[in-house]
Amino acid sequence: MVNNQLTGAQMVLKALEDQQVDTIFGYPGGAVLPIYDELAKTKENNHQIRHFLVRHEQGASHAAEGYARSSGKVGVMLVTSGPGVTNAVTGLTDAMMDSIPLVCISGQVPTHLIGTDAFQECDAVGITRPCTKHNWLVKNIDDLSRILHEAFYVASSGRPGPVLVDIPKDIQFQIGTYIGPETIKHKSYRPKLKANIDTIDEALKLISQAENPIFYTGGGVINSGNAAVQLLREFVRITGFPITSTLQGLGAYPGDDEQFIGMLGMHGTYEANMAMNKCDLMINIGARFDDRITGKIDDFSPNSKKIHIDIDPSSINKIVDVDVALVGDVAHVLEDAIKLWKSKVYKINKPSLKEWWKTIDKWKEKDSLKFENSKDTIKPQHAIQRLYELTKDKDAFITTEVGQHQMWAAQYYKFAKPNRWITSGALGTMGFGLPAAIGAQVAHPDKLVIDIAGEASILMCIQEMSTAIQHKLPVKIFIINNQYMGMVRQWQELLHDKRYSHSYTDALPDFVKLAEAYGAKGIRVEKSKDLDKAINEMIDFDGPVIFDCVVDENENVFPMIPAGKPHNEMLLGNETEKEEISEEGKVLV
Amino acid sequence: MEPQISKHTVSVLVDNEPGVLARVIGLISGRGYNIDSLTVAEVDAEKHISRITIVAPSTEETVNKMISQLERIVPVKKAVNITYEKQGIEREMALVKVVSTGEKRVESMRLSDVFRARVIDTTHDSFVFELNGSPRKIDSFIDLMKPLGLSEVSRTGVVAIARGTEKM
Repeated sequence: MVNNQLTGAQMVLKALEDQQVDTIFGYPGGAVLPIYDELAKTKENNHQIRHFLVRHEQGASHAAEGYARSSGKVGVMLVTSGPGVTNAVTGLTDAMMDSIPLVCISGQVPTHLIGTDAFQECDAVGITRPCTKHNWLVKNIDDLSRILHEAFYVASSGRPGPVLVDIPKDIQFQIGTYIGPETIKHKSYRPKLKANIDTIDEALKLISQAENPIFYTGGGVINSGNAAVQLLREFVRITGFPITSTLQGLGAYPGDDEQFIGMLGMHGTYEANMAMNKCDLMINIGARFDDRITGKIDDFSPNSKKIHIDIDPSSINKIVDVDVALVGDVAHVLEDAIKLWKSKVYKINKPSLKEWWKTIDKWKEKDSLKFENSKDTIKPQHAIQRLYELTKDKDAFITTEVGQHQMWAAQYYKFAKPNRWITSGALGTMGFGLPAAIGAQVAHPDKLVIDIAGEASILMCIQEMSTAIQHKLPVKIFIINNQYMGMVRQWQELLHDKRYSHSYTDALPDFVKLAEAYGAKGIRVEKSKDLDKAINEMIDFDGPVIFDCVVDENENVFPMIPAGKPHNEMLLGNETEKEEISEEGKVLV
Repeated sequence: MEPQISKHTVSVLVDNEPGVLARVIGLISGRGYNIDSLTVAEVDAEKHISRITIVAPSTEETVNKMISQLERIVPVKKAVNITYEKQGIEREMALVKVVSTGEKRVESMRLSDVFRARVIDTTHDSFVFELNGSPRKIDSFIDLMKPLGLSEVSRTGVVAIARGTEKM
């Protein structure tokens, strides 16, 4: 008989192993020492778990996110009680808002000390309740293995999200009965995967009648997995409709395909936003009508019927009322939809669609992503374009920090495959990119992983350079350095009469020396003519690189839908006559 | 036209596990919804299922959003709007203390009869009435007691169930 009497700490590792986890990101501390002790013994016990020591728990959380987003697996992190947990809160919230599956295992003070304000005690389940999909405080050793398996189930099913399992130190020492995942079934949580077939038919009828249709796809397609991505591509090709994507959905449909009309939203292309505004049928697949997408909600796509596919029923009619709601997993719904489409021999309205494409091509002629290049200084857009051109055949994984560089990356880097684009969308977490790149590199050791960064954001989690060095992770950090918190400066320019309050990052470090201090390679480029050679040097270097790309300080991200405006009132560039932004608009973020 | 704010009664079936009430309340306060009353008790001891009843003043639209948000909580099995207008039955219990003498005391006793309230404690100067019924009935009883020496009130909050054969 198998010995299933284990200590709590042993159960944690056994459960991870049974959940096919081979990678965790963490930082030790008093309340998780028993688990770390077991990790030290894994070699003797033939466990296969690799632990990546980060330099801050926020780094662990973003690394776990980067791992999860780039691989489609659940990211796992291990932190201690008190500050270990509170430091992880940013990453948990980030994962919550972008629907990324994470399991965070945290230590807690021993059961008898809970509630006494003990050293490094915090109410972990209380603090993380609003920023996790679910969480557990384990009070009984015999619940531990069940809870751990449930944690993986909850994190990865339905709309994915982060979960936290808080384990008091005495429970980690106690001995109890380990139960494997095969016998564990959550007692009530069963997300619906398949949509009602009659409702799908209703949607298909609308699709067959549409004259000016558009696919609007989001991160839900990528979360649903590779099958969903393939089915989406098939369905889009069957219909011949134009497709646009949210920030999180980039890569689900090839960015260089003819039917793809670019990202939509606040910094989306002119044609994508105009098409959203003027369409008569919108097919939302795994997106959630976020405020960055809709602009002014009252004027959002006023004349369209709307179909919404989402696994989360609470997303339906939350912001925008839809005509046909399909609650289910994208892959399941699209599979049924394609079958039904073929069996019922539906046809699209070809003549109108042809006209619609003509209109879209007119909008395309605006060339909304054009910018004035310079021979001398490096334009940030140009830097990203060159990075794209020089890495596009390398199946690179791109992470970003948050700000202007992130939007330029989304606009100018074209993704051919899902999971290659890893960015903090909903929470907008500066400091995300470097640890996320580390996580992605861990998941794909032989691939090129680049963090497109800003000089302000990168400093928020720069300590993770040590992690990259220690674990020999050759991540490339491509800093678009304009010496400003660029997006803050852009808003101050547009909304606050150019009073650049505290958005100039004075006293920046010398990034080349900083790289060298960590034991990495540093490259600085200031002239446009040196760019290609330097990028190639970065790619070819076997190890982490900090690339300080000094760019034009004054560039802004365009096109832009100013806060409080509808899609058809976007600013196309600096030369556009600026309308006063209303007081109401200024309040929006 | 401004959307109309009215009282909505929402019944929520949850797995009775640690923290579930905190999750429900946290969501309601965190998302800025108001609540008038909240009751909770286990209703299935074998399956450990509790029923939470929430009365929220809100628009139809907001209450629908609140229900979808509630259904996102992992241990929430189901949330339904069973307001009176939607064929729900609502009941509440109140303990009402009235301190008075003479005519007022007699009048309060007489009115309690009309409302079928029971006297569950009495002194020469006071009554404690126990009263069951719809929240509106309890409101009117309390209003009537105000000039008659109303001293304090304790209410359970609303419990509700749908009429007819329909099961939640």
